[in-house]
Amino acid sequence: MSVLPSPSRPLRLAAAIGRGDAADALDAEPYIRAARLAERGRLDFVTLGDSFTRRGPDALAVLARVAPATERIGLVPTVTTTHTEPFHVSSAVATLDWVSRGRAGWTVDVSTTEAEARLFGRRPAAPARALWREAAEVADVAGRLWDSWEDDAEIRDVATGRFIDRDKLHYVDFEGGDFSVRGPAIVPRPPQGRPVIAVDATASLPREAAARHADIAYVRAMNRSGAAGARADLRGRAAAHGRDPDALTVLAALTVDLTDGERAASADSASYEGKLTAGRGGRTRYRGGPVGLAALIGDWYEAGAADGFHITPADPDGDLERFVNGTVALLQHRGVFRTFYPGATLRAHLGLARPAGRYAPAPAGGIA
Amino acid sequence: MNTPVKKQIHLAAHFPGVNATTVWADPRSGSQIDFSSFEHLARTAERGLFDFFFLAEGLRLREHKGRIHDLDVVGRPESITVLNALAAVTDRLGLAATVNATFNEPYELARRLGTLDHLSGGRAAWNVVTSSDAFTGENFRRGGYLDRADRYTRAAEFVAVARELWDSWDGGGAPRPFAHSGRHFDISGEFGVRRGPQGHPVVIQAGDSDEGREFAASAADIVFTRHGTLAAGRAFYADVKRRLGAYGRRPADLKIMPGATFALGDTAAEAQEKAAEIRRLQVSPQNAILALEQVWGRDLSAYDPDGPLPDIDPDPESQLVQGRVRIGDPLAVAAKWRALAAAKGLSIRQTVIETTGRQSFIGTPESVAAELDEFVQTDAADGFILIPHLTPGGLDDFVARVVPLLQERGSFRTRYEGTTLRDHLGLARPPAAPAPDAPAPDPKDPDAKDPDAPAPARGTRGAAVKG
Ligand SMILES: Cc1cc2nc3c(=O)[nH]c(=O)nc-3n(C[C@H](O)[C@H](O)[C@H](O)COP(=O)(O)O)c2cc1C
Repeated sequence: MSVLPSPSRPLRLAAAIGRGDAADALDAEPYIRAARLAERGRLDFVTLGDSFTRRGPDALAVLARVAPATERIGLVPTVTTTHTEPFHVSSAVATLDWVSRGRAGWTVDVSTTEAEARLFGRRPAAPARALWREAAEVADVAGRLWDSWEDDAEIRDVATGRFIDRDKLHYVDFEGGDFSVRGPAIVPRPPQGRPVIAVDATASLPREAAARHADIAYVRAMNRSGAAGARADLRGRAAAHGRDPDALTVLAALTVDLTDGERAASADSASYEGKLTAGRGGRTRYRGGPVGLAALIGDWYEAGAADGFHITPADPDGDLERFVNGTVALLQHRGVFRTFYPGATLRAHLGLARPAGRYAPAPAGGIA
Repeated sequence: MNTPVKKQIHLAAHFPGVNATTVWADPRSGSQIDFSSFEHLARTAERGLFDFFFLAEGLRLREHKGRIHDLDVVGRPESITVLNALAAVTDRLGLAATVNATFNEPYELARRLGTLDHLSGGRAAWNVVTSSDAFTGENFRRGGYLDRADRYTRAAEFVAVARELWDSWDGGGAPRPFAHSGRHFDISGEFGVRRGPQGHPVVIQAGDSDEGREFAASAADIVFTRHGTLAAGRAFYADVKRRLGAYGRRPADLKIMPGATFALGDTAAEAQEKAAEIRRLQVSPQNAILALEQVWGRDLSAYDPDGPLPDIDPDPESQLVQGRVRIGDPLAVAAKWRALAAAKGLSIRQTVIETTGRQSFIGTPESVAAELDEFVQTDAADGFILIPHLTPGGLDDFVARVVPLLQERGSFRTRYEGTTLRDHLGLARPPAAPAPDAPAPDPKDPDAKDPDAPAPARGTRGAAVKG
């Protein structure tokens, strides 16, 4: 057996726990069950999609409700930037990080439709280009607000009567195209410093925003080379923005239908790409067994086509269970995926350092 | 025949705020931001069978003399997100978020509150505040400033729209398209969240002007007030309850809950001593000068906190203080402070200690329980929003020592009778509009079995305030 070149970075796995229009989509229990299951599989994080025209709960709220019922798993809701207030979004994501003790992320998305615009009546629908430019600005200002308190701003100095050192709180004075924010944040710097930012970077406009501001990029690809191409493109763009490409984790996004079960497992695992089809809304759909999916994941990962995978179970209950108990267990057995969480924060799971605040003075001896 | 039930006290727990009431210099003072602090206070309140847990909000850090105010606790989490997390560690406790009606939009906030109501099993409440200075607006898209009249028409329309959205799902479990066109909002579409367990989350109003009172009478379930004395409480209570009739509402439909602080001791003397000690911690020498500057509107940093009050007069036009409610009439307040200082020979710090924020209830658990009960039984209040001075343990003693005495007096529940905040408050669940071609009511739908729903006053009162 040939020894595969071991990729330098551990495999990342994440799963969506959305329930669509299900009757229990407004109850907390099914989300807690799914997040705990994913946590048993030692996944990096779970995601919950959102948009204002979708029926169902506010995604960030659900993951805040899930936070105390879980211990290690990352919690990454979608929060849109078009009709929301950048200041509130930054506060809510920071607060999710506080209540989860450092496990928050945020999938940035935009609202392009007339129907969404009418729910707010504040601004008409705009072209995606303008909305993604604004989304990048919102991600940017959120990062600045998270940094606007230095880590040691709270001093509780009884002698001088001061609770904070106000020289360690900073105005952000951000001027975007359509909004401005003065700052500083009303929420102290969150446990991770900056919660993790994710973007679906399949299309070119969000890909540019991802290259600039995201820690995680999802890409939907129909085959290994398509994923590899998207990953290389993202890394190239990140480098062009002066970022370390390794600071951007690229996850291949698949909707998985594993109901074929072990009948498919006995099939030739080399043919897994034949099981990928174009699903609704530009999604890539895998239909087959958990074993074949493990083969696909191992292969794309080891070939460097993706840093990991984001899985959307076709059936939110059954397919997540088959994924965790089948695919993930197999990857763990083969030593491809972790069997315990070495860290406690989402950044730790992803191998991302806690960033220093941008307003903090450079450490002594650093660049002046 | 029912035995006559004594008027029941409602209690809420206010997480300590970002002002001088909260003592941080005490070694027992814990984090104002770690989730464990919120969990501690919420669990304490639930152990005490409180009606709800309450979070305040401020959307810009306060400033003083053009710099961020640094003498009080600073920094807090976003309310609704914390409450969703607290829903995971409590079962019955109501969860109230203060959320500004000026710097939010109805569709999004109605969705977030509707979600909280579902995820908590019917425990959501919204404290509608209207503060809207240009200073705070600098953090928001809309920016700007609204004067008091506009603030309240926007808030009233906001609440009315939120209720239209919550009501846009009928008993049949399908959303009807909504369309609202008003002075402040022009929106249409389909609301994504089915009616929650409470029908409408509970609405709280905090604001004391005539406009604020009218808004409360028309649209709120609870008023959060600052009227601390028995006489002022009774006058306020009578005034606000009197306004209800015009909106087709009964006195019991609106609960009046003043904010209240307290100091407990084994003897009256010990309680007084503790209260004085807390006041000394609240009014540090630096905070004394600051309190003075808030009234005077001038830089008084050169004055000695242990020396006499300044001779110069306040500047009534001052912009020194930003991000907090300004004192009513500075000249009158200054005159009162000077008279007191002269009569008793007080220093600046002693004057501030004497005149500001003395605890509302000071005494033994027995006397405090009796006093609280008297407020409620004599219609100065329907209950209290208790503001402890310590995070997170500031209610521990109250729950252990005062709550059992209120229960003995027959004025406070000995268990939660219902599961929702409306149940705790004795407020009916507003009935849903029937489905357009309503078939036989679905027995599993809570909207279909609401025997004690009142006359449809609630359904029309949104329209009443739009005027
Ligand atoms: C008891 C009480 C609590 C309040 N809490 C808040 C708060 O947490 N956040 C806020 O922005 N405003 C708060 N306010 C301010 C009110 O929303 C309102 O802006 C202010 O009272 C001025 O309105 P008025 O002129 O009607 O009194 C509070 C007011 C009162 C009386």
